[in-house]
Amino acid sequence: MCQVDEEYSGHLERRSVPGVSKTCVKCKESTAVLIIRLGDAFCRSCFKEYFVHKFRAMLGKNRVIFPGEKVLLAVSGGPASSSMLAQVQEGLSRDAPKKLRFVPGIIYIDEGGACGQSAEEREKAVALLENILRKTGFPYYIVPLEQVFGLPDSVLESVSCSPEGSGLSYKAAVVQYIQQNEVKQRHSESAGEEAQDAMARLSVHSQYGPEHRQALERLFSSLKTLTAKEDMLQTLRQHLILHTARVSGYSKVMMGDSCTRLSIKLLSNISLGRGAALAADTGFSDPRYGDVVIVRPMRDYSSKEIAFYNRLFGVQSVFIPGLDTKVPDKASIQRLTESFIIKLQADFPSTVSTIYRTSEKLHTACPPLNSSAEPAVKCLLCLCALDTKADEASAFQAILLSERLSVGKAQSDPPSSTTAGSPGQSCCQESGCGAGGCCSTSRASADLKSLLCYSCRLTMKDMTAVDSLPQYITLEAEKRQRRAQMKQEISEFLLEDADDDQE
Amino acid sequence: MPVQCSSCALSRAVLKRPKTGHSLCKACFFWAFEEEVHHTVVSGRLFSRGETVGIGASGGKDSTVLAHVMKVLNERHDYGLKLLLLSVDEGITGYRDDSLETVRRNQQQYDLPLKIVSYQELYGWTMDAIVKQVGLKNNCTFCGVFRRQALDRGAVMLNVDKICTGHNADDVAETVLMNVLRGDIARLRRCTAISTASDGEGAIPRCKPLKYAYEKEIVLYAYFKKLDYFSTECIYSPNAYRGHARAFLKDLEAVRPSAIMDVIHSGENLSVKEGVKMPVQGTCTRCGYISSQALCKSCVLLEGLNRGLPKLGIGKHHRLHGKILAQQPLTQEEEKKLKAVDF
Repeated sequence: MCQVDEEYSGHLERRSVPGVSKTCVKCKESTAVLIIRLGDAFCRSCFKEYFVHKFRAMLGKNRVIFPGEKVLLAVSGGPASSSMLAQVQEGLSRDAPKKLRFVPGIIYIDEGGACGQSAEEREKAVALLENILRKTGFPYYIVPLEQVFGLPDSVLESVSCSPEGSGLSYKAAVVQYIQQNEVKQRHSESAGEEAQDAMARLSVHSQYGPEHRQALERLFSSLKTLTAKEDMLQTLRQHLILHTARVSGYSKVMMGDSCTRLSIKLLSNISLGRGAALAADTGFSDPRYGDVVIVRPMRDYSSKEIAFYNRLFGVQSVFIPGLDTKVPDKASIQRLTESFIIKLQADFPSTVSTIYRTSEKLHTACPPLNSSAEPAVKCLLCLCALDTKADEASAFQAILLSERLSVGKAQSDPPSSTTAGSPGQSCCQESGCGAGGCCSTSRASADLKSLLCYSCRLTMKDMTAVDSLPQYITLEAEKRQRRAQMKQEISEFLLEDADDDQE
Repeated sequence: MPVQCSSCALSRAVLKRPKTGHSLCKACFFWAFEEEVHHTVVSGRLFSRGETVGIGASGGKDSTVLAHVMKVLNERHDYGLKLLLLSVDEGITGYRDDSLETVRRNQQQYDLPLKIVSYQELYGWTMDAIVKQVGLKNNCTFCGVFRRQALDRGAVMLNVDKICTGHNADDVAETVLMNVLRGDIARLRRCTAISTASDGEGAIPRCKPLKYAYEKEIVLYAYFKKLDYFSTECIYSPNAYRGHARAFLKDLEAVRPSAIMDVIHSGENLSVKEGVKMPVQGTCTRCGYISSQALCKSCVLLEGLNRGLPKLGIGKHHRLHGKILAQQPLTQEEEKKLKAVDF
C-alpha cells in the first residue's frame, strides 16, 4: 500500500534522545527540573508560569466566558480535571487586574453504578473527592448516575441557539450579557422560588433509590459491547451535567479534556462513525446544547504536562476506576484507540499534537446536507445534528443496502428514494418486519433508530432491551414521533418555506 | 448443524459475511456483492454510456475482482462501456514481472484488451535502478508518484475516458486514519471522494467502484469464484507508518466489524473550516501534468534522480523549484543535503 504519495519529512522520524541541558531554557539561571518537549528544559518556577499562562491564554484567546457568568466545572477526580480546578482556584485568587471573573461551581458524576462498583467503594471514592471539593469553597454537586432515571424529558429538547455573539465584538457581547443578567435578576425575584424548588428536587434525588440502581444495572447489562457501554455512559453523563447546569443556572460547563485525551477522542469518534460532529466533540467550545455551552480550556496541555504540574505543585486527584479500567486493549474501540495513540506517541512524539491540530481545522457547524432540508434535526441521544440523510452514494446507504441484500430477497427492491425520505417511514421498511411480524421491541427499536444519528444507531444495535432506556429518552422519542406524524398529516397545507419550526 | 442462507433460505450457507455478519450461500453472496458494486456505480454516477474505461490492473486480488465484476455488470446491466485493462510495469524483478503474468492470463480469461506502460519507457528508470540509488527508505514515494502519472499516460495513449482502480473500503478507511494521523487536512477531505473531479484539466477522472467492498469479501469472492490472482507483497518493504494505520484498522474491525464503514462515514461527513489554507490545483510548467506547485512531483523526483540527488523530491524543497526550472546548478551546500545517505 504505497501508491499514495507519502512524504515524511523529519517530524515523523523516530525521536532522538533529548539533549539534557542543566539550566532552564527560559530564565537561563535556575536548574531545570523537567523536560516538556524535545530539549525544552524548564525550572520549577518557569514551568509554573508557563502552565498558568497557558490556561489564561486559552480563555483569553477564545473569549466566550463573561464576567460574573456562572461556570460549572466538570470534575471526574482524574489528573486533568483536578488540574483544571486548581487553575481556576489560582486564577480567582489573583490580584484584581489579572483575576478571572467568573463564578465557578463543581459537578462530579458518580458513575460507580455503571462500572459495577460496590456501594462501599463508591462511598469511599465520593468521600475522598468531597474532601478535595470542600476545600475549594466553591458550591459543588455530587450527582450519582442513577439520577438519569429521574430526569425530565425536557433535557433532550433542543433549545434554539441564540445567534448572539457571532457578530458582536467581545466587549459588546459582555455589555449585552450584563444587561440581560440585570433583567433576569429582576425577574428571578419571583422565579427564584421555582428554581429553588427545582434545586430541592435535585438534591432530594441525590440519594438514589434501589429501583434506580437496578434500572441502571439493567440498562448497562443490556448493552452487549464495552464500546456501546462507554458510548452510552458518555451520553448519559452529558445529559446529567447539562440538566444540573440548567437547573442551577450555569451557562457554561468546563471540561478537563487534555490535548492527549482529545486526540484519542478524535480518532475514536472517527472510528465510531461520529465524523459529522467531530468539530463540536473536540473543539474549544461545543454549542450544540444552545443555552449551555461546553468549553475545554485544558485542550492545550498534554497529559504529561498535567502530570508534571500536579506532581510538582501538589494538586490532588483521586483515582476512581471506570468502565475501561483493567480491560485488555481490544475490549472496546475507545480503549483500542487510546492504547494505539499512546504507543504511537512513544515512538513518534508529534502524534498527539498533529492529530490535535487536525481538530482545529474542522468546522463546528454542520453543513446543510440538502439545500431544501429542514433546520437540522438533532439526534435524540447525543444531540448533534443528524447525519443520516446522506445522499445515495454514501457509506450509510451502502451499508443499509448490504444489510437488505443479506437478509432476504423479498425486501431487496432497489433502494428507492423513500429510504432517504422521511425517517419515520423508511425505518419500518428496513426492520424486516415481513419475516416474522412486528414484535413490540423490534418495532420500538426501529422507531427509535430513525431519531438517532449514525453512531448512536450503532450503539443501539448493540443493545438487547431498548425498554431499559431511561424514561426521559423514550418519552421524548414518542413525543418527536407524534410530532413527525402530525406534521405529515398536515403536510399538504404547509407552505414550502415554513421551516422556522420552533423546536 | 448446517446453517441456512439468510437471504434465500433454501441453500446451505457457506460463509459469514465479514461486512454484516449474515450467513449466506455462494449464489446469494455473489449476487449481493455484485449488486452492491452496481449500486455504488449507479448512485455515484461513475460512468456514462459509450465511454471507454481503463481498469487499473496489477494482477492482485482487488484489481482482478474489479475486472471480473466490471465485466459481469457491464453485461448484466448493460452499461454500454468499452472496458480495457491498463497495467504499469514498475520494473521490480521478482514482483511485478510475476504479477504481470497474471494480468496477461486475466486478459485472455476475460477477453479484454491490455496495455502495459513501463517506468523504463516513460522515465528511463526502473524501480530496481531507483532503489539502487535511493535505498529502501522513501522508495515508495517514487513508485507511488510515478505510478499515478504512468496510469494517466497509458490512458491517454489508449484514448480512455475514465480510469477505475481497485481501491476497497479498507484502503479508503485506512487512508482516512492515515491523513488524520498526519494532519493532512487537504487529503483528508479528498480521500473519501468516490471519483476525482472531472473538470477536464490534464488528468483523466478516476473512480473506485469497490469503495464500499470489504477487503475480506473481495478475497472471499475471488476464492469462491476461483479467480486467478497474484498475492505477494512488494519486495521493497511496505511503509512503516502506514503499517500502523493498517494494523489499527484491522484491530478496529475485529472489535466492531462495521468499523471500516463507520470510518468512511466519518470521513464523508467531515467539514473543513473555511479559513484553512488549501492547495490550489495548477499544471506543471515542465510536463503539463496537474500539480499544486510550479513543478509536479514526478518532475522533481525525476530531476533528483537524473542529477544524482535523490532526496530532492523527499520532503519540501519548493524553494529550489526555480533553480531546477532554469536548469541552474545547485550550490554545494544544497547538494550535500540532497545526496543519498550512505548505509
